[in-house]
Amino acid sequence: MQNIQDESIDNMGFDVLTEIGNIGAGNATTALSQLINARIDMHVPKVEMLSFAELAEIIGGAETLVAGILLHLEDDIDGSLLFILESNDAKLLVHQLLGYGDMESEEFSDMEVSALQEIGNIISGAYLSAISSLTGLSISVSVPSLAFDMAGAILSVPAIEFGKLGDKALLIESRFKDLDVDISGYFILIPSLDSYGRILQSLGLR
Amino acid sequence: MAEMIKVGMADLNVCHAPNAITTLGLGSCVGVALYDRTSQIAGLVHVMLPDSTQVRQNQNRAKFADTGIDYLIEIMQQKGANVSLLTAKIAGGAQMFAFNENNDMLRVGERNVNAVKKKLKELGIRLMAEDTGLNYGRTVEFYPENGDFVIKSVGKPTKTI
Repeated sequence: MQNIQDESIDNMGFDVLTEIGNIGAGNATTALSQLINARIDMHVPKVEMLSFAELAEIIGGAETLVAGILLHLEDDIDGSLLFILESNDAKLLVHQLLGYGDMESEEFSDMEVSALQEIGNIISGAYLSAISSLTGLSISVSVPSLAFDMAGAILSVPAIEFGKLGDKALLIESRFKDLDVDISGYFILIPSLDSYGRILQSLGLR
Repeated sequence: MAEMIKVGMADLNVCHAPNAITTLGLGSCVGVALYDRTSQIAGLVHVMLPDSTQVRQNQNRAKFADTGIDYLIEIMQQKGANVSLLTAKIAGGAQMFAFNENNDMLRVGERNVNAVKKKLKELGIRLMAEDTGLNYGRTVEFYPENGDFVIKSVGKPTKTI
């Protein structure tokens, strides 16, 4: 990475992330549809470069309660992937998977938590395998870590990583829809600085 | 009606009593409130990273613990605060996700808190109270009328430090 200016990482790196993010989100939707055994339509993922303030606003404000699932990436691409669902949407999704559930309670039961972790695992795995086959790079992932908290607090984790590169972050919003439920999920891919170079190289851009 | 002034991520602002100042959903970031009791002026900076010298894109001074606190003091001085009387209260610096491995990215909350404390010490600003670390997000409000720093978290009682 030595001979690349930070400014060019900002522009070119984010362009590449946008493209691979798009493909990853498509794959993730297919996996989700198989998982809950229902037809899911995916709206074209919205990919945006957002300032840190806007990032939380998109998800409903810094104090909106969300579920965040974070995975660490290793091997050719290292860094992390964060998948975010609004708390309510996370419940809906989990209940689809389990076939039952109580929407009244704000809390997640142990069963719901582990189901959500599994959903996170599968969706993120699909997302990453699309990126892996596109770039020919191998990616291995850690066990997902789950947190429920305010959107601002969860988003501080990727924002800080992007903060080292500039004042914006890349957000991919994938909206899923089955018969009557509309669910929005957000992916934030955060490769390490070195991995940008490897991704660009693998795609023949450098 | 007193106003509540909002500070975003990697941002700062200043307020005068009876107004108050807030920042929402601090995670691994740290909210640093500086306060001059005599003029009832308070400033709040929402810092994201510990050290501006480690990052090339460091134009936004409010983003870093080292430059953010300096910048806040400059602005408070312009607004009429007596800089020699400043005291501090801080909150945030949580580790939002739990992992076994000792990952640098995850420990950034702790590093932010340490960097803020180091900077305050260098400047001779007394740290009056803190609510830092652990694994949950915090919304903070500072009231220059009485120096209260109110901290709200999901599923926890509100606390005042």
